[in-house]
Amino acid sequence: MCLGIPGQITEIVDADNLIAKVDVGGVKREVNIACIVDDEHPAKSCVGDWVLVHVGFAMSRLDEEEAARTLALLEELGDMQAELDTMRQMEGQA
Amino acid sequence: MKYIDEFRDPVKAKKLVDEIHKLATSAALVERSQSQPLQIMEFCGGHTHTLFKYGIESMLPDTIEMVHGPGCPVCVLPMARVDDCVAIAEQPGVIFTTFGDAMRVPGTRKSLLQAKADGCDVRMVYSPMDALALARKHPDREVVFFALGFETTMPSTALTLLQAQREGLKNFSLFCNHITTPATMRAILTDPDLRLDGFLAPGHVSMVIGVQPYAFVAHDYHKPLVITGFEPLDILQAMWMLVKQLAEGRCDVENQYARIVPEAGNTAGLHAIHAVYETREHSEFRGLGNIGDAGVQIRAAYAGFDAEKKFNVQAASSSHDPAHLKCADVLRGVMKPWECPAFGTSCNPQTPLGALMVSPEGSCAAYYAYGKLAKRSA
Repeated sequence: MCLGIPGQITEIVDADNLIAKVDVGGVKREVNIACIVDDEHPAKSCVGDWVLVHVGFAMSRLDEEEAARTLALLEELGDMQAELDTMRQMEGQA
Repeated sequence: MKYIDEFRDPVKAKKLVDEIHKLATSAALVERSQSQPLQIMEFCGGHTHTLFKYGIESMLPDTIEMVHGPGCPVCVLPMARVDDCVAIAEQPGVIFTTFGDAMRVPGTRKSLLQAKADGCDVRMVYSPMDALALARKHPDREVVFFALGFETTMPSTALTLLQAQREGLKNFSLFCNHITTPATMRAILTDPDLRLDGFLAPGHVSMVIGVQPYAFVAHDYHKPLVITGFEPLDILQAMWMLVKQLAEGRCDVENQYARIVPEAGNTAGLHAIHAVYETREHSEFRGLGNIGDAGVQIRAAYAGFDAEKKFNVQAASSSHDPAHLKCADVLRGVMKPWECPAFGTSCNPQTPLGALMVSPEGSCAAYYAYGKLAKRSA
């Protein structure tokens, strides 16, 4: 019920009523963007934004940096572990 | 697809699973899980669905047990409320619109799907805005939208109502059955039958309400909580974060899903929610009974858009499930679906008796679909 899906805004259809077109995995549909615009990020600057779409509304702008950070952290987790394992093995041998 | 595929990477998943196993063998957690496995509740039905779809539970150590929470709005909907929907749909001239999830939920008389078969004009819509479009198109009909769901969905219905007001539409109303997450969580935390060790909190509710509303879970109840997304790596990373907190003896509110969940939530969405909705005095949940302040209703200022007022619906009276159905105990997480005598026999996805078997997010439907009758047969 609370599911959402990431999509990219391709055009602003109606700036007054805050309606934009979003591409979700190749499917295009109009969504309401009232929840992702403010004075600093008006409707016209939304084209190209990745957003989370839920029941016809763009509910959140995807933070690309945070997404990258999460993935990098997962990458590091394994690398660090591999290093620690190697260290332990070396210790065992010494 | 971007922002989906990379969060399903099996190599990264394996690393996380290994880390969780290592933490589970730490002295602190071995001792803690001696009498019973750690009880971690995933509150949200969407998380339940991910856990089953990817077989995540079977990857976890035996010392961790997932408890499936009540975060599935159709599952906690009392049967009497479905009866109210049907009663509204039966009014002459009404077009009753709803999300697909609610169509097959049994009422005491019938489901909305049966009402449709019996001649009522019941229509499934993708968005409340689609219901509004129907109201524009049919000025001679009364269009009612069944507003259901937690905070994730509340901004969409509130904004739709405000749009209807701006347009001066007189034939559109909401039948409001929204419920709020923190109040529901508090009800679970005060349930003496449940002894939870921590929570996975719903990512999309949190993108609306932010991080702070969960502070009481750590502060008042001393349980760790991690907000998480819906891809397998999200859930596994959140499990790792949660188990790490337990191993280190911490209880904090952490946010694994920062790419979607801003610390303060969604300002415009919260503004719309507070403009349109207010706390309802009494709310009944299937399984949890009266949980006081979890429900919301439409403010008096918008009475013209409130289907309860328009159609004079009385707030649902208490309706108990038949005694042989154990939905309530399964919902509260104190009983597993297969322990219910009706599970898989008289109650199945073709002829569901309870909502947990209807919704793909309900734990009974998930256990049934993925053939998982018991994690540990012992």
